Amino acid sequence: MAERTLVEAVNDALHVEMERDGSIMVMGEDVGRAGGVFRATAGLRDRFGVDRCVDTPLAEAGILGTAIGLAMAGWRPVCEMQYESFSYPCLDQLITHVGRYHWRTGGAMQFPLTIRMPTGGGVRAPELHEDSPEAYYVHTPGVKVAIPSTPADAKGLLAAAIRDPDPVVIMEPKALYRSPRGEVPEGEHVVPLGKARIAREGSDVTLVAYGTMVQTCLEAAEQLDASAEVVDIRSLKPLDEETILASVGKTGRVVVVQEAPRVAGFGAEIAAVIAEKAILDLQGPILRVTGYDVPFPYWSIEHEYLPTPERVAEAATKVLAY
Amino acid sequence: MLPAEHDVRRIIGDGDLVADGEVDGLDEAALLDLYKAMILLRTYDERSVVYHRQGRIGTYAIFWGHEAIQAGSALALADEDWIFPSYRESAIGLLRGMPPETVLAWWRGHPAGWWDPREFRLASITVPIATHVPHAAGYAWGAKLKGESACSIVYFGDGATSEGAFHEGANFAAVMRAPVVLLCNNNQWAISTPLEAQTRAESLADKAAGYGMPGVRVDGGDVLAVYEATSEALDRARAGDGPTFIEALTYRSAPHATADDPSAYWDEERVEEERRNECVGRYERYLRRVGVLTDELAEEIRADALGRMKAGIAAAEAMPPPDPEVVFAHAYVDPPPGFRDG
Repeated sequence: MAERTLVEAVNDALHVEMERDGSIMVMGEDVGRAGGVFRATAGLRDRFGVDRCVDTPLAEAGILGTAIGLAMAGWRPVCEMQYESFSYPCLDQLITHVGRYHWRTGGAMQFPLTIRMPTGGGVRAPELHEDSPEAYYVHTPGVKVAIPSTPADAKGLLAAAIRDPDPVVIMEPKALYRSPRGEVPEGEHVVPLGKARIAREGSDVTLVAYGTMVQTCLEAAEQLDASAEVVDIRSLKPLDEETILASVGKTGRVVVVQEAPRVAGFGAEIAAVIAEKAILDLQGPILRVTGYDVPFPYWSIEHEYLPTPERVAEAATKVLAY
Repeated sequence: MLPAEHDVRRIIGDGDLVADGEVDGLDEAALLDLYKAMILLRTYDERSVVYHRQGRIGTYAIFWGHEAIQAGSALALADEDWIFPSYRESAIGLLRGMPPETVLAWWRGHPAGWWDPREFRLASITVPIATHVPHAAGYAWGAKLKGESACSIVYFGDGATSEGAFHEGANFAAVMRAPVVLLCNNNQWAISTPLEAQTRAESLADKAAGYGMPGVRVDGGDVLAVYEATSEALDRARAGDGPTFIEALTYRSAPHATADDPSAYWDEERVEEERRNECVGRYERYLRRVGVLTDELAEEIRADALGRMKAGIAAAEAMPPPDPEVVFAHAYVDPPPGFRDG
């Protein structure tokens, strides 16, 4: 085990996986010479050469579109979108082709693409550097989505994504890129998609979250008089409903937390699953703590937008008192 | 000098003042192969319009008059080269041995219209405009990186050059020196929008200069000119010199699709003139002038194509209705639990 930051864990995963499989290539803006604007791909160009760590033209739809052709030619592309908000042009290729091409060939060809991107706010960056667009991705049939919240999971989920036969989007919370550090297994390390993690055990209320909001929930749990369980779902699709429902079965109370705007966010999906499958376990309404239905604000007031431990604790207190 | 300043490449003469040319390396058999390919495509297209009217296939994108572009370019390819078609080239797989019933099934909305792209080195029919240009660039780039000699060709229309995906694909192709041929079927219309509403460029081929690749203008009604231009582009690609943009000039003298009524926007006189000068007839007259085609042979080739189409529609109609289970069959290789919940 080594102590690593989340971005170092991503870098480690890329080194290990590219070493393991010569068909993996990393492509994106500034991933080669610069090693990525967050240094996630540092060292890959020197280690694996310019053909397997490619500085592409500045064109996100072109990156994902050519990745489809590269996959048809036998490559396993790992595409970096420099920021989640810069990924929006690639949604065209994602929706019209990436999620459909396996289906369109009657299952004959596989498109094992991985799309990595930093996500989320809290880093005091200019406009369109701090969005949380996971709902756009997870709503696309044929595409899987995972969001780690720890360095070990960042490594393991990325390895799982790269090895998965379907296209997988990995969204890395950029606010967690450099801290905190965490223990990361050396060498090959795979965290299977679709397995949630109990980040904190508790018995009175369940806080369900992913990405940066896991830490927010852990801090909220400390503020509560009651015993809170924190479920880090890790993978949005496939979703580990079993772990969520087991926790809700135990506590009977749940707060779902997401940084993204509330309307039709992934929290609504989690809430719906609980409502459909565990209504008799519930002792109060499923509450959500989310971002608002507004553009992510300018960074000097971003703390007014981001869900805080206090807001989560308040919601938990409300449902505990129901 | 920009492509617009060059003459449009032509090989077939007019049997009068303009003399016929020839293409190096095309013997009699190869000339007839081009003719057979054009007749097969023409027959496919004309029968499909009839089948649509009879309710035997769904909405169908017509390619009448584009056979020279499709046959001339496809027959210039090596077997290993990959084709990335738009819906306008839906039946180009026939030239690779795909049975007509597969394409007819596609237009019947039946999953038997799915195919394995590797079997025919033919990507799926792309419905959204220009989004497959990056796929062709990526495939060619990927094959080159693996040390293979396969090239790719991607077909798109004049309207597609307005799309961002065309630009991104063309630029990637050039930057990666990908062995790909960008074949623009400039038929002057994007449904009802004429070329002059699409671009201020004098020639679409002039756009190639902006990507640092050669742009070539060719008469899209001249199958030999298309064949020669594509062969040259493939030679360049295989020599490591990267992509070429070919603008094949033609005129869409048929509706965009069976659902389209062009009387609202097109010029009947011009359409009549274009139809009189359509590509299959031009090539047929050429073959007769050079003594390669006889009435008997022409009749035999047409009958063969018609027979294949009749067998194709019969086979397509004999297919059992799709198993409803196929809805879930190929959405994922390894589906997430709950993907069947609805």
